Amino acid sequence: MTQNPLRVPALIAGLALLLPLAGQAGPDENVLTIEDQTIGTDVPGPEGGPLDHLYSGWRFRTAETQSLQTDDFENPAFTAVDQAEELWSTVDGAAEKSCESCHDDAATSMKGVRAAMPKWNAELGKPHTLETQVNQCRTDRMQADPWKWESGQMLGMTAYIGLQSRGMPVAVQTDGPMESWIAKGKEIYYERVGQLDMACSNCHEANYGKMIRADHLSQGQINGFPVYRLKWAGLGSIHRRFKGCMSNIRAEPYKVGSDEFIALEAYVASRGAGLSVETPSVRN
Amino acid sequence: MFKRHAMLPVIVLALCTAGAVSAGDIAPADIEYKDGRWIEQPLTDVAGDPAAGRKVFVNRKLGNCLACHVNSEIPEQPFHGEIGPSLDGVGGRYDMPMLRGMVVNMKNALNPESLMPGFYSLDNGSRTLEKFAGKTILSAQQVEDVLAYLQTLK
Repeated sequence: MTQNPLRVPALIAGLALLLPLAGQAGPDENVLTIEDQTIGTDVPGPEGGPLDHLYSGWRFRTAETQSLQTDDFENPAFTAVDQAEELWSTVDGAAEKSCESCHDDAATSMKGVRAAMPKWNAELGKPHTLETQVNQCRTDRMQADPWKWESGQMLGMTAYIGLQSRGMPVAVQTDGPMESWIAKGKEIYYERVGQLDMACSNCHEANYGKMIRADHLSQGQINGFPVYRLKWAGLGSIHRRFKGCMSNIRAEPYKVGSDEFIALEAYVASRGAGLSVETPSVRN
Repeated sequence: MFKRHAMLPVIVLALCTAGAVSAGDIAPADIEYKDGRWIEQPLTDVAGDPAAGRKVFVNRKLGNCLACHVNSEIPEQPFHGEIGPSLDGVGGRYDMPMLRGMVVNMKNALNPESLMPGFYSLDNGSRTLEKFAGKTILSAQQVEDVLAYLQTLK
């Protein structure tokens, strides 16, 4: 009996549907290559940290979502990145300066910036996130209006600046004045909150790699932010993602840009130390 | 079956007031525990309805049990979670007081570290959103309905 060739694709489709039920433990084995550059998506966890091995969220996504990030022409975040590249050299504010006036070529001056954020700022007496650093430049040096945290300009600019660190290992300061911020962030990370009474660690430390309904739980790493999220149909910040998670467990989220979220960002960045910057990444 | 339709307004009302304690219900603070964990007395005067419980089990804003558990009795819903154990046969593994204790508050019943929410508990995490503050995730009747459903899984 000859096999009907039409039945084969149907069988494959059937198997694909069964896969999530069959258990898809852990990250996949795919390799991320963007524009011929191989980006490491797993590294041994930092010593003394809770995770033996760190995995980028890219490793937990479907092949379709993964492929969007492997080509900058396919990556939907690059519309905003291209606009930000223009903004970089556009004069704005009373001081009649652009970013370029002080920082020249972003490819050189901004290299490594994303990898080290949030970064202690003595003058401010607290860590700068990339967003607050950009706004300080705008208000103090350019005498221009600050951008809103989740505005198109801010997301584009932080994506463009972040891109200059792509492939570099996340290396946030954890000692000195950052120590207490990291400690505060850790407290928030492990605190069970909301009506559902859950902590970040319940999903992203104890259960990463498992399916929570149709979603494959990642380690919640932030090495790819701002991220183009298909669900948002746009770029979003680290703090927006924190806020969404907290609302899902029916907890009052901290405010975007709050000290609590800055502390959490610093701590989560420290948990991902050594992972490569992927900004701007694509997730579902 | 016809009587189910007559019940519809009642069900709708019950959904609207989910989480609020109705007259005749045992409030979370008044639950009597056996061995500090299990609950022998039903939370309501009305016997649990397995068909209604199955709906609460699936509903993402109510039980949302499939987020974490596999349940082969609900094949029409794709993507069952794998955080908690499979619930296949759960009605044969535990008796009713045990099941009730676990659904009401797993952290009290079996494991303080469990990430399973307490579905009829006010001992929740800090900073609960205002609209959910002081409310249980499920109403007493919804818990009893889910329990009646779980009992059918043998």
